[in-house]
Amino acid sequence: MSPLLLGVEEEGQSRVSSSSVECISQNGLGIREWNYLGLSDFCSVDSSGVLDDNGNNLNLKATELRLGLPGSQSPERETELCFLNSGKLDEKTLFPLLPSKDVICSSSQKSVVTGNKRGFSEVKGAIYTEKKWVGSGAVPDSQFLQPVSHGKYSVAQASVKKDGPANEIQEQPCTSNGTKVNRTDISNNSSAPTAKAQVVGWPPIRSFRTKTLTTSSKNNDEVDGKPGPGTLFVKVSMDGAPYLRKVDLRMYSTYQELSSALEKMFSCFTLGQCGAHGTPGKEILSESKLKDLLHGSEYVLTYEDKDGDWMLVGDVPWEMFIETCRRLKIMKSADAIGLAPKAMDKSKKDC
Amino acid sequence: MIEEEMNLTELDIQENGIDDKGGSWLSCFPESFTSLEVLNFANLSSDINFDALERLVGRCKSMRVLKLNRSVSLEQLQRLLVNAPQLAELGTGSFSEELTFRQYVELESALSNCQNMHTLYGLWDAKGIYLPALYPVCTHLTFLNLSYAALRSDELAKLLAHCPRLKRLWVLDTVEDKGLEAVGLNCPLLEELRVFPADPFDEEIIHGVTEAGFVAVSFGCPRLHYVLYFCRQMTNAAVATIVQNCPDFTHFRLCIMNPGQPDYITNEPMDEAFGAVVKTCTKLQRLSVSGRLTDLTFEYIGRYAKNLETLSVAFAGSSDWGMQCVMGGCSKLRKLEIRDCPFGNAALLSGLEKYESMRSLWMSACNVTMNGCRLLAREMPRLNVEVMKEDGSDDSQADKVYVYRSIAGPRRDAPPSVLTL
Repeated sequence: MSPLLLGVEEEGQSRVSSSSVECISQNGLGIREWNYLGLSDFCSVDSSGVLDDNGNNLNLKATELRLGLPGSQSPERETELCFLNSGKLDEKTLFPLLPSKDVICSSSQKSVVTGNKRGFSEVKGAIYTEKKWVGSGAVPDSQFLQPVSHGKYSVAQASVKKDGPANEIQEQPCTSNGTKVNRTDISNNSSAPTAKAQVVGWPPIRSFRTKTLTTSSKNNDEVDGKPGPGTLFVKVSMDGAPYLRKVDLRMYSTYQELSSALEKMFSCFTLGQCGAHGTPGKEILSESKLKDLLHGSEYVLTYEDKDGDWMLVGDVPWEMFIETCRRLKIMKSADAIGLAPKAMDKSKKDC
Repeated sequence: MIEEEMNLTELDIQENGIDDKGGSWLSCFPESFTSLEVLNFANLSSDINFDALERLVGRCKSMRVLKLNRSVSLEQLQRLLVNAPQLAELGTGSFSEELTFRQYVELESALSNCQNMHTLYGLWDAKGIYLPALYPVCTHLTFLNLSYAALRSDELAKLLAHCPRLKRLWVLDTVEDKGLEAVGLNCPLLEELRVFPADPFDEEIIHGVTEAGFVAVSFGCPRLHYVLYFCRQMTNAAVATIVQNCPDFTHFRLCIMNPGQPDYITNEPMDEAFGAVVKTCTKLQRLSVSGRLTDLTFEYIGRYAKNLETLSVAFAGSSDWGMQCVMGGCSKLRKLEIRDCPFGNAALLSGLEKYESMRSLWMSACNVTMNGCRLLAREMPRLNVEVMKEDGSDDSQADKVYVYRSIAGPRRDAPPSVLTL
């Protein structure tokens, strides 16, 4: 699975036009979350019959970027969306949320100064946590924030990915929106770039209100002892798995419950994983063996917190964890250097 | 302050970022103090001395506005209300603890005694099952602020069935389109609607309201003239229908939360939507636009929005021409705030003659340069042209520009990041 994934990545990158690459790298936006694409995420995988260089069947039509929300597409796209319950796919392909000029493609203007530099510096210099964004809410009823002395507007991604350039391209159409073609190439790899750039000060909601709402859901948990309003779905990825899963953190109340759920969810993948360890298909993975894999030396459960840092699961109290956890990742312990020293040692021992 | 102010009638701690250090400020009101008419501490996050509050409320018989903070429980609310049936405006505390049946009945009874109540706020964490306690009060309500209560559509519908006189309604988008249909059905006198997003930054969950909810309200509430609407999808046709139903808009603030999003059905820009707004709503004073917009939107605004005083623009426009249309056409414009638009120096300078008659101009993340700002400052000495630069940005770029008239000269209290040209 992994090699295929990489292949898709690379090929996508190589196809990207130079301006897009510049845009992308300068924006420093990695796609954080991937739809391991080109594969099963579209019903009609062979609807277009177009093959890319690797001979993968590319559903160009499905990955074609169009602006609009899921469920509202032209009929021929409906089937393509059938896989996705939340219908999030399209939404994620669409918006160049980076408001910097170079990505205002919706207005295909020529007079836009391509502030590539600026885009980058904005991102670089302005990594805000969610709470800080919606500004220093001093404004009475203004739809977006007034400056006074301390509003700071920058483009910032919720958590600028530190994973490195190996990641993904967010489809930031740097060219005018007329051309869908080169976007298709990009979108091949990332037709669901789930990490939208979060823009500082947008939507224009007073910070007082967002703070209150956040505390509101928190309070509900404490008061009721049961899942608060809404759910807390986070993505769970596993190294080597072809696609991600989602779990609702509010369904669990302890780390143990979460861990068991994840074990069950990903058991199918680790069956295949045996191959990576040099014993292709010979071992039958029982649940206990899987548990060993997850708890033992092979894998480490990590999460990304609100600041964009990758943390080891288990250090903080459960309530605090679900408040700050944005996504989960089952990492191979070899990759989790620094996060899980115990696991590393153990695996060293086993070797 | 409390100790010194013997005849205080209003203590109103407004919404802002308060650093609440707690304290026993309520106890500072002496026993002889009875003049308080307005008490609003809804935005303090700390616990308060309830006994002091209860006594205070009990002896201030002229109190008409009481807005509690979240630390006040339902049971405590009931005790307060029993002593203050004259209240006209109530901000409840938290609306979610477990009540016994008897407590519930007492609460309902206390509320039903408040025959003067016309405004209700708060209702934090409101649990649907307790909302019926409000029904007796709802008959007279003209303003209901549910923007801190994540209600479902059915919960809202049941509540609104008791609110025929409602003129102003604030809700969260958890009520969804179905909830807004209930608004249209039950509140024919509605003049103001604000729909806030419960999860504005959450990419993972799409709920909330769509164009359908807005349209439903417009059919049922022809008197609607103020709207603030956060949604994730909209169409030109829907907006055209809405303003046809409600031509009296004075404040039209539509926020399509994904920047630059077009009509999701036709994929066209939202130009015609706002064109319809400005053509139909001749009384329009305030407009906030969103979605994918070309210069055409601004041509429409400049040509038709003759009463427009406040305009907010983000992620819109195609060229300088857009802003020039607005500056040239909107004679009554007072406040213009722009972010992330391709308007440059030509656009900025097209308003040269105009800024002195305006309250302010804000432009951020546009194409304005330092030279453009300097020119403006030089040509119009009675304007304060303030530029705020961001770290690491190009020297020539004016990242954020704030222009306002002043006879007091440049401000002296600006932090170093603000340059007055």
